[in-house]
Formats: sequence, C-alpha cells, structure tokens
Amino acid sequence: MRRLREAADAVASAAVRWRGPVVFVAVALLLLVAAPAALSPFRLELLAKYLCFAIAALGIGLAWGKGGMLTLGQGVFFGLGGYAMAMHLKLAEAGPGQLPDFMVWSGVETLPAVWEPFRQPWFALLMVVVLPGVTAFLLGLLVFGRRVRGAYFAILTQALAAAFVIWLVGQQGLTGGTNGLTNFTSFFGLDLADENDQRVLYSVVAVVLGLLYLAFRQVVASRFGRLLVAVRDGEDRVRFLGYDPALVKTVAFTLSAISAGIAGALFVPVVGIISPALLGVVPSLEFVFAVAVGGRYTLAGAVLGAVLLNYGKTTFSEHYANGWLYLQGTLFIAVMAYAPKGVIGVAGQVRDFVAARRGRAAPAVVPPARVEEGAAA
Amino acid sequence: MNAFLNQLPIGLSIGAVLLLVALGLTFTFGQMGVVNMAHGEFLMAGAYTAYMLQSWAGRQAVLVALPVAFFVAGLMGLVLERTLIRRFYGRPLDTLLLTWGVSLILQQVARDLFGAPNVQVKAPTWLVGGAEWSGIRMPYARMFILALAVVCVVAIWFYLARTKQGRRMQAVMQNRELAACSGIATSRVDQRTFFIGSGLAGVAGVGLTLIGPVGPALGTYYIVDAFLVVVAGGLGQLRGAVLAAFVLGLLNSYVEYWSDASLAKVVVFAVIIGFLQIRPQGLFVLRSRKLT
Repeated sequence: MRRLREAADAVASAAVRWRGPVVFVAVALLLLVAAPAALSPFRLELLAKYLCFAIAALGIGLAWGKGGMLTLGQGVFFGLGGYAMAMHLKLAEAGPGQLPDFMVWSGVETLPAVWEPFRQPWFALLMVVVLPGVTAFLLGLLVFGRRVRGAYFAILTQALAAAFVIWLVGQQGLTGGTNGLTNFTSFFGLDLADENDQRVLYSVVAVVLGLLYLAFRQVVASRFGRLLVAVRDGEDRVRFLGYDPALVKTVAFTLSAISAGIAGALFVPVVGIISPALLGVVPSLEFVFAVAVGGRYTLAGAVLGAVLLNYGKTTFSEHYANGWLYLQGTLFIAVMAYAPKGVIGVAGQVRDFVAARRGRAAPAVVPPARVEEGAAA
Repeated sequence: MNAFLNQLPIGLSIGAVLLLVALGLTFTFGQMGVVNMAHGEFLMAGAYTAYMLQSWAGRQAVLVALPVAFFVAGLMGLVLERTLIRRFYGRPLDTLLLTWGVSLILQQVARDLFGAPNVQVKAPTWLVGGAEWSGIRMPYARMFILALAVVCVVAIWFYLARTKQGRRMQAVMQNRELAACSGIATSRVDQRTFFIGSGLAGVAGVGLTLIGPVGPALGTYYIVDAFLVVVAGGLGQLRGAVLAAFVLGLLNSYVEYWSDASLAKVVVFAVIIGFLQIRPQGLFVLRSRKLT
C-alpha cells in the first residue's frame, strides 16, 4: 500500500516536473506542423501576425509581470524594429543606387544619409535589436536611475509613444509619414506573394517566438529573474540589501524593448506594412491589454493573451465593428477587477474559491497586488 | 524679437489649454493617486454638453454649459469612483488600465449617441474675432480660455486653502491614516475629490469647444499631455501644475516656430526627461519622510 502511494507520488511529481516541457512541445507541434497543414494561407498569415504580437508580449510579461514596470510605449520599440526592417526591404527592392518608391513620390531626390547603411542586410538586422535596445537602455538609465517609477514611468512611456508617432508622421520624406512603409515584395529571398514562401515565413516567426520564449524563461529562472521579482515586490528592500534596482529594471526594460523590436521586424514582412497608426498610444496600450487578459505573471500567459486577444479582435470586428470597443472595454474592466492573473490564472482562482467554500484553508497564493510606493508618495 | 513676441500669446494659450485639462488631474491623480485615463472622456462629456445645450441656449451655450458640464462630468466621475475605482486604491497601475477600458466604452457611447463625425459648437458672437496690439494677435476665444483657467485656479486655490472641506482633502492626501484617525471620513473626501476633479474636466471640455471641433476622440488628444503637466509639476501641487503648463505651452510654441510641430513634441519629451533628472518628483515636492 505504502509503495503504491510512493509510486503515485513519484508519478505526480514527474507530471508536475514534465508538464511545462510537454505543453511546450505540444504547442510547438501544433504551431509548426498542424497549423500550416490545417489553415488556409489567409488564416495562416493572420496567425503569423498574432505570433508577432506574442513575441512583443513576452517582453511585456517580463517587464510588467515580473518587473512591475507598466510600459505603455512598446509601440515605439515595435516601430523601431519594424522601420529598421522595412527600410532594408524597401532599399533591397529599389535596387542599388535607386530610391524607394515613396521617396520618389514625395519629391526626395537623394537618399537620406540615415537610410544608406540599411542597404546592408546585416546592418538592418543589427539595428532591429540595437535601435530599440539602446533607446530603452538610455531611457531606463535616466528614468530608473532617478527613481522615477510606478505611474510616472507609465505616463512617461505613454508620452514617448505619442511623441514618436507625431515625429514619424511629420518626417514625410524620411519615414513615409502617415502612410508608413508598405508594398514589400520579397523578404531575404522569400517571395511574399508565394504561398509556400509565406508558410516558410510563418515558420520563421513561430521558431523565433519559441526560441525567445525559452530564452526569456531562462532569464526569469536565473538569479537576475529572482532579483527582478524582488524589485517588483520591494524595491527599497532590494536596495537596502546592496543591489542596484535601477540597473535590474533597466536591463529588464531593455530586454522587453528588444523583443518588441524583433516582433516589429517580423511583423513587416508578415503583414506588409508598418505605419504610425500601428504604434501610437492606443496600439501600445493594446499590447499591454493582451498580456493582462492572458495573465501577466507568467510568460505563457502573456503569449496566450496576445494570440487570443488578437484572434478575438479579428473575428469579432469582422462581424460587429462597433461592438468590439464595448467588448474590449468591458473585458478589460472585468479582467482588472476580477481576474488580475488573467485567463491562465482563472483555473487557480476557481480552485482556491472552491477550496475556500469547502472550509479548507485556501492554499497560499502569491499576492499579485502590490502597492507601488513611488506612485503614492 | 517680433517673432518672439508673436509666439508669446500662442504659447500662453497652449499653456492655458494644458492647464485647464490638467487641473482636474491635480485632484484625481495628484490628491488621490488615481491615474484616470477616462479623464479625457470627461473632457469630451463637457464638450458634448455644450453641444447639446446649443439647441435651447443658442450661441450662449458655452456660458450656460460651464456649470452644467461641471455637474455632468462630476457625476460621471462619482459613479466611476463608487463602482470601480474604489476597489483599486493602492493599485495605481491597475487603475490606469481599468480606466482605459472605461474610456474605450465611453468613446464608443459617444460615437453611437452623437455619430462618429465631429460636430461644431458655435462660439458666442462676443468671442468671435480677436484683439491686436502692435502686430500681436490674440483671438478672444483664446483669451477666454486663459481667463477660464485663471478663474479655475483661483477657485481651486481658495477651496483647498481656505475652506474646511479643502483642508480635509489636503489632509487625506498628505497622510490618509492620520487623517482617518483624526476623524475625517476619508471615503467621503475621496468621493468629493473625484467629483470635483472630474467636474473640472467637464469645464475644460466646454472651453475646448471654442478652439476646435468636438468628436468622440477629443479626449485622446489631450490626455497624455495633461498627465505630463502633472508629472512635471509635482503631484498634487497646484502651483506646479500652473508653472508646468505654461512652461510646456511656451516651449511647444517656440520649438514649433523654430523647427516644426513634429519635432516640438519630441523636444518637450526630452526636456521633461532631462528635467526629471534634476527634480525626479516634479517642480514642487511635498516634503515627507516617505521613502522616495
């Protein structure tokens, strides 16, 4: 009898230990094998788009979920990555010594100096990571170094998104203005109109998402990840212990910006456009909203939220364009008020509720709500 | 020199608009720490109030609307506070997202009630035109907004510093626990603070009808700048908000004049980030022993 119980325990603990990898492999198979086989090219392209948003969501999960930094300017980093990629694609298309089509239309005669190095594929790929990374790192050093945090940080990032979009629109000859950059035909040898090549592109997006997910998990599980959570839950205590919270936050913020940049760079060939309308205050908030719905405290929740929410948005607004805003607003209020841990946390919440009903002591839950001292002080 | 003088009234009027839209936030954000993204939609509610009143008040609608909009927006704020925000005290980041959900709904309500296209509110005849001194032009409508901002600031100052209710409000802001121990009904003070803060947004919204069209997206144009004013001015500091609004307004108008509008926003943002290096908590800081 006792041995039986021991065996059962061993199975149970193995199940717990292997649950993560098993789910990961299952999802990977689903995305890489089942989805391309089952979905029409149109739907597959949409899924690729959702996966791009999921890549950006990973970063938000890290910065906001683990680090407590509500970043409302992810659109900026998404855009920096996206424009870096789009500039290269435009130049590659125009051919050596030629101008991209939109510049010809708006009367620009010589290629702006900023554009020139983007002819090199390696430079463009580097910039996809470097531009958002460096921007976020510098901003983080300045802002976190002076202990600006909580709601202040959120407002500043939001203002950054607003300013960035206005700047983009204003620089017609440099960035394509309101129209943004569009009409891409090929992506590193892939023909974007060809169905097979679209499938390859989709797989690239899915693989990048998988790799980044694993990398971010590694970050969260490392000493740095623990420090980050500690900063979220008690920044002052971390400082008293001799660490520098500003640096920890800056690094996490930078990583989140890089993931947004990569997402933007992949978004460009998948969707075929990058424009200010995709990057402003509202789209940036929507990135965060998706993560909140999925569950901000886990990376898996962030990814799930991005896919679910964007799927919901597409399907719902196909039928009732006006109703979507009501639904989105209500959903958001409901999630913030009743399910702060998102879809992924709902199962746990229900379990606790049932346990509490039965009169058993509810299992200890990590309290997600934390008073941000900085905002109230 | 002439260009410098010419930009001055423009800067002042941008500043006055910023101040007007940010004043309500010095209550809700400054006093209570609630990041209310729906504040922009309260501006919109005020503007639409003026639009609605046009049908019987005609061209004087703007004047009639000022007190009415205060109550309309104030009531909306009160309902929001009672039903949702009350549950979120101490979680400022969650309130930010929550109220954004509210703002989405309110925008769509406005779209369904009044239609998506912008509408116009006709200004009273005595506000049409402008004054001119030696080449410097200032439209009457802008002067009215400036005056409205000044009146609001004086009224708020009087309320906060000279009335019993206002002093209670300050006490709750400075130390909630101690205020509660001293017999102040803090939750009632919260309601009142939120009512006034939201009502001020309504008043500001009426003012905005004088300088532009009214549409469902009205609030989104102003909300980010309004929060920046409060951040730069210092939380809950009336004089900070006044100074920050005018400095940002002037900065905006001069940068816009010397380069272009798209760069002005970037410069203003950079200046604020730079400024926060010197004074991370804004222009004026309430001294306390709290950890910063």
